[in-house]
Amino acid sequence: MKVSFPHMGYSPIAFKWLLENIGHECIMPPEPSKKTLDLGVRYSPEFACIPFKILTGTYLEVVEAGAELILTSGGMGPCRAGYYWVMHQYLLEELGKDVKVMAFELPLCDLKDFWKKLRYLRKTGGVSAKEFVEKVKITWEKIKAIDDLEIRSHELRPLETKRGETTRKLDLALDMVDQANTSEQIEDARQEGLKLLNAMTLDKSRNPLKVGIIGEIYVVLEPAANHYLQIMLGEMGVQTDRSIYLSSYTRKNTIVNLEGDIFKMAQPYLNEAPIGGHGVNSIGETVLYAKHGFDGVVQLAPFACIPEIVAKSIIPSVSRDLDIPVLTMFIDEQTGKAGVQTRLEAFVDLMEYKREKKFSKEESLVI
Amino acid sequence: MAKIGIPRTLAYFSYYPFWETFFSQLGHEVVVSSPTSKAILDKGVKEAVNDACIPIKIYHGHVADLAGRVDFIFCPRMVSVRKYGDFGTETFCPKFLGLPDMVRLSMSELPPIIDVRVDLKQGRKAMDQVCQEIGRLLGNPEKEVESAQKKATAVQKKYDRLLQQEILPDEAMTMALTPGATPQSSQPVQPDLKIAVLGYPYTIYDHYLNVGLLSILRKENVKVYTQDMLRNKTMNKYGQTLPKNMFWYYSNRAVNATLYYLDRPDIDGIIHVTAFACGPDSMVDRLMEIETHRRSKLPFLSVAIDEHTAETGVRTRVEAFLDMLRYRRESL
Repeated sequence: MKVSFPHMGYSPIAFKWLLENIGHECIMPPEPSKKTLDLGVRYSPEFACIPFKILTGTYLEVVEAGAELILTSGGMGPCRAGYYWVMHQYLLEELGKDVKVMAFELPLCDLKDFWKKLRYLRKTGGVSAKEFVEKVKITWEKIKAIDDLEIRSHELRPLETKRGETTRKLDLALDMVDQANTSEQIEDARQEGLKLLNAMTLDKSRNPLKVGIIGEIYVVLEPAANHYLQIMLGEMGVQTDRSIYLSSYTRKNTIVNLEGDIFKMAQPYLNEAPIGGHGVNSIGETVLYAKHGFDGVVQLAPFACIPEIVAKSIIPSVSRDLDIPVLTMFIDEQTGKAGVQTRLEAFVDLMEYKREKKFSKEESLVI
Repeated sequence: MAKIGIPRTLAYFSYYPFWETFFSQLGHEVVVSSPTSKAILDKGVKEAVNDACIPIKIYHGHVADLAGRVDFIFCPRMVSVRKYGDFGTETFCPKFLGLPDMVRLSMSELPPIIDVRVDLKQGRKAMDQVCQEIGRLLGNPEKEVESAQKKATAVQKKYDRLLQQEILPDEAMTMALTPGATPQSSQPVQPDLKIAVLGYPYTIYDHYLNVGLLSILRKENVKVYTQDMLRNKTMNKYGQTLPKNMFWYYSNRAVNATLYYLDRPDIDGIIHVTAFACGPDSMVDRLMEIETHRRSKLPFLSVAIDEHTAETGVRTRVEAFLDMLRYRRESL
């Protein structure tokens, strides 16, 4: 069957491999472009959030390319994202497209339904259960390798001496992961990729600003949706730490996972969890980044995102209490790259100024 | 004896009779904020986070209106009132969940906020604890709270029954709270048209927010039907015909009621009232529209309101819609 899925960051590499190796034909979702967004805006409800619109556009593009089945995620609310698939199915039917949107609800909520859908995928692909499990495991390895490489690139980019070199090397490394077919090959590709990144000429004398990226999962994970914000910041000489990676849940070494319950962190400010999406996480993560001595936090959210609006109204208090600057950016179809860049530059200036002031104060104390 | 301020918006239209009776039985004075006005809206726009939807901004305005006049502001954290939805996880809109914190952290110089958590997923019994918690906070003995809760529940039941007799909340509220009042409705006895007006209670019943939509309809001799005039059981039956229920209490009511009214032969049209930048409504509105076209031939009008909506604009659209309905009836 011709199967497709939403585009999210660098993850399509892994999902494409999975689909092709369980006997389906993968219709690769294109990276969201102007055309995707135009299509999405045209056919989506006016106030739908930007991830919804981008997905509508992506779906229309993959249907054009022949997709018969679209895989996506469900949800238990109260974030709108859990209802996306129902609306997308309605919208695609209204447009006369013959395609099925299949959503995997949380296994926690409906285990039976989850197994049924996995079984369906396996049967239509024609692989044995054992093979299927093995392929899923390898896919997971791929996702982890991709995230490892990406994390490293964000650490190194602010130190690069040739502008754009990190991005080029990362592309090469990701290609290697793309070519890998077994767990061993993936591990090799990961090592090779890291070596490639580490071998760049770096200016270690720099002391880059450190910024945490928080917010709604889609606009945080999809660079095309946030105008390549992390790369932009990196090239301005800022080290970024992102709160969400697809493999986050199994990671022990990221800051967000270090301190246990993120909801507890947010409790003094928002005494209710969850409120859907990453609303509470955003507040808790701001607290965490402040505690870990970050210079600032950028909150990314789609325009009219319900949980992030709640978070936004509360974050100024966190920012005041813990003395950490927070830049909130609501992204919609009107957001332009130059606008994002200008705001980031101003934000970086502010953080630099703040740091200088802190250092000069410390120096004067020493004397 | 304390003065308790209740903002006249959001859940007010659904549960005010309960809280009014409860607090006055305990010997406290209830102060309701003034009806929504330009001044309240302006205050709300100033205080609330700029990306919030208009009802949330208005809520901030109502709180500002009460501040300085009362000892406590009653802003319960409405989490859920029933177990519903595909996974039994129905809640109110996330903004309701974070409302007490939003208000507390974005406004200054507020009296203490009573932010009890109302979560009745595990059954109505949980309401006892909510009431007792308020009693403890206000210094009322347990026994008193119990009897106050009982009386309040009875009044709320009476209010819900009145709504089901197709009386609009304004009148139903007065009737439920005045002992011995006989039910009477200002709805037309021999209506020219019957229209289902659906949406959230705080958009439909707030005359300022929807610039007098209901009075425009009354003048045109239209009888108004809303989701609050239906029993939960009736609506839930229709909810089962959807691929998946929504996650939000008020949205589920609006959508399920739409499906019910589509099946009623005497309804002439559907009006959906939606607020600008309302998150859930971006899905609700399109879903209603598509289902209306799929399940019936009824005309559907969506009225979006924001802080700049003018009366003439809404009036023109509604009048055109009504003309169209009448024309359609003649040609059928």
